Amino acid sequence: MGEPRGRIRSEARTSTRALWAKPRRMARYAVVGLGALAMLFPFAWAVITSITPSDAVLSVPPDFTPEGASLDAYGRLLETLPFWRIVLNSAWIGAASTTLQLVTSAMAAYAFARLPFPGRGALFAVYLATLMMPLPVLVVPLFIEMRAFNLVDTYFALLAPTIASAFGVFLLRQAINQVPREFDEAAVLDGAGHFRIFLYVVLPLIRPALATFAIFGFMASWNSYLWPLIIIKSPEFMTLPLGLATLHGQFTTQWDVVMAGSVVSVVPILILYVFAQKHVIASVAQSGLK
Amino acid sequence: MSVREALPDAPPRAPVTHARPKRRGGWRYAGTVALFLLPSLVPLVLYTLIPMVGSFWTSLHEWDLITEMRWVGLGNYVELIGDPDTRAAFLHTLYFIAGYLPLVYLGGLGLAVLLNRAMPARGLLRGVYFLPVITSWVVVALMWKWLLNPASGIVNWALGLVGVSGPGWWTDPDWAMPSIILASAWKDLGFVMIILLAGLQAIPREYQEAAMVDGATAWRRFRHITLPLLSPSTFFVVVISLINGFQVFDQVQIMTGGGPGGATQVVVSQIYDLTFRYGRAGAASALSWLLFALVLLVTIVQIRGQRRWVTYG
Repeated sequence: MGEPRGRIRSEARTSTRALWAKPRRMARYAVVGLGALAMLFPFAWAVITSITPSDAVLSVPPDFTPEGASLDAYGRLLETLPFWRIVLNSAWIGAASTTLQLVTSAMAAYAFARLPFPGRGALFAVYLATLMMPLPVLVVPLFIEMRAFNLVDTYFALLAPTIASAFGVFLLRQAINQVPREFDEAAVLDGAGHFRIFLYVVLPLIRPALATFAIFGFMASWNSYLWPLIIIKSPEFMTLPLGLATLHGQFTTQWDVVMAGSVVSVVPILILYVFAQKHVIASVAQSGLK
Repeated sequence: MSVREALPDAPPRAPVTHARPKRRGGWRYAGTVALFLLPSLVPLVLYTLIPMVGSFWTSLHEWDLITEMRWVGLGNYVELIGDPDTRAAFLHTLYFIAGYLPLVYLGGLGLAVLLNRAMPARGLLRGVYFLPVITSWVVVALMWKWLLNPASGIVNWALGLVGVSGPGWWTDPDWAMPSIILASAWKDLGFVMIILLAGLQAIPREYQEAAMVDGATAWRRFRHITLPLLSPSTFFVVVISLINGFQVFDQVQIMTGGGPGGATQVVVSQIYDLTFRYGRAGAASALSWLLFALVLLVTIVQIRGQRRWVTYG
């Protein structure tokens, strides 16, 4: 390709581009902005529906500024289900499951990365194999197992399948492998054993990976529906997704109550998200680059 | 390699490790290894490995979860493969994927390209698009079920304003799956966008600049530079979306429960119904293994095939 020709073409292009730059930029912004509204609207509509008086919910045309707005739907929500308890269940189950996974996965990851033992590679392959097991394969026998131990409809049954995470072991092992061994060695010279190296050398250095994994773990627990649906029957042990689904089953046409429940279940995670947004997005972006 | 042997001044052990490099550690650390591994190994065995074996064992039986199991060998598998309901469930799942994947990929790609440029409030916009990703499936499904309500939903009202008579959405067998696809794509758009944005940002600027100097049009730069260099991210999105797509359940269960008239009965809905509605845990387990085999096959084919279209570096 001729060097001068290229330059002339690009100069000509620059001038037309300059001419069109502003309208183009505005068009792009309009597209992105309208899209963002489409993302936000369902949430806004859920809030509006939840404060619309019951007898006006199904009326057409819909009312964007409902007259006589009230929090009745939230009241009925709390009468139907122990909703605060369900919110608390989701919160503490999410926190417990995340903490357990962090501890068990980080320890296993340390063993796989730093401790030599016969059959290490084979055992790691077993961990990886369980990573590929889809939940639907496991739920039926897990239900049977829990039933055999009389654990159906208990908190323990909710937590059990999330105590260990092969994904976490894999993710954290990658992170530990990137910690230079010289750091361990320095600690050994100071007389530290493996447990102290793990706690005071390795863990602080893999903090970003731990945070990433904690975000994934909490989101998975908070949103989990299939397993609670199978193992929990009583409202007092329900988590939010199951509570909402149950609510929907009971109030098929009372959308104000159903939307009130949705709003209540979105708000806590939304508050967390506002604070952790940058980190959440960076974590997800990272997962795609590997 | 153990910490102690890695030390420069540990010569006494060196010859031994040279002679038997594979057994360097031996069981010397057995206690420590157990301490570190058991917290994850015990639950993994109890709640993943044993259920895996149990699932396979169950799949070889006829069992209603109450009375005695009855051995049927591969009977469940043979029956499922010839069963029209199973075939329908797989077809509905494929229909879901065929609608969902192009929508979410092209939408996510468009957004990623647009939001990769400097613009006011870019971070905020990205955050807004990501919002549905952190929302639970149940909430998303409920919100969309309400938006797409045939009689009082706001979408049909808006369509009415422009003179279109909206369809019955999730109450209409022809529109039920498109409704689920729409809600699913809306939820995952932000996820795909973020993955592709990260991919776009990993492309060195110099490539684009060089092509501009050569007078390449915007479309040709996109087609011959951006797309090929984005292929690892595309690959990741496709693999993850297919794995998740084959296991679609939550949104289906909430929006249609597999209906109307079985029009959206997907494989996992079928597994659930076989177990808890028809008392056929054996057939359900067999079906879950068929699903697993299919997902595994599709994933392996993609990993094998990636050489053909995925460019690294």
